[in-house]
Amino acid sequence: MSMQSPLSRAKGLGSAKEGLHHWIVQRFTGIALVPLSLWFMWAMVCLAGAEHAEVVAWMKSPANAVSLCLFVGVALYHSALGVQVVLEDYISHEGFRMVKMIGQKFVHYFLAALGIFCVLQVAFGA
Amino acid sequence: MSQSQPSTNRPMSPHLQVYRWQITMTLSILHRATGVALTFGAFALVAWLAAVAAGPEAFATAQACLHSPVGAVLAFGWSFSLYYHLCNGIRHLVWDAGSGYSMKGLYTGGYIVVAVSVLLTAVTWAVLLGGAA
Repeated sequence: MSMQSPLSRAKGLGSAKEGLHHWIVQRFTGIALVPLSLWFMWAMVCLAGAEHAEVVAWMKSPANAVSLCLFVGVALYHSALGVQVVLEDYISHEGFRMVKMIGQKFVHYFLAALGIFCVLQVAFGA
Repeated sequence: MSQSQPSTNRPMSPHLQVYRWQITMTLSILHRATGVALTFGAFALVAWLAAVAAGPEAFATAQACLHSPVGAVLAFGWSFSLYYHLCNGIRHLVWDAGSGYSMKGLYTGGYIVVAVSVLLTAVTWAVLLGGAA
């Protein structure tokens, strides 16, 4: 029988080696979102009250289309990481937490794909 | 000798009710709250992009939603949330770099974040409402 306390044994096992990746990607996406979200707010202010044709013309510009795709993709990825932490903190039931966790990832990735697809459809549309 | 169970009797953290109110904890809670609000904002943005892609009629409906009282309040809330989460996110990055941990630094940084995000929100809406008038 081991003389180690359960806590000491757990400490000896080290981390699950998963948290660091989450932490770093959360920062990387956060840093990327500093210019992207400022650009997005500026663009939305410029487009306020614009007609459909004006918005389409704006979205056809390669710089705008690429920036918008990046913003949608990175923002939703950053959002998925953040929501994951919130669920980890507030849902104690493990099975329910897992279901919510997988569900939120699916929703985020689906919406990221849909958003980027819509931008590309407008950008490449006739 | 019995198996010890150290986990059960240990104090758990944090117990919010034992703390005196502080601006720092409000800002921390607000960072998470604005983050969750922005998640729903991002969902709304995708809906707006889908409306643009769907054509002029869907776009007109989306714009009508955005200009309704509820839509305007949400847009205002999302704009403040974005600016606050952005500014406080930069504050977090400064902490990650290892600085800003003194009591004075924590409070000064916090007040700067609030001031800048309120200012950016005010400028944004002044331009928006000024342009619409």
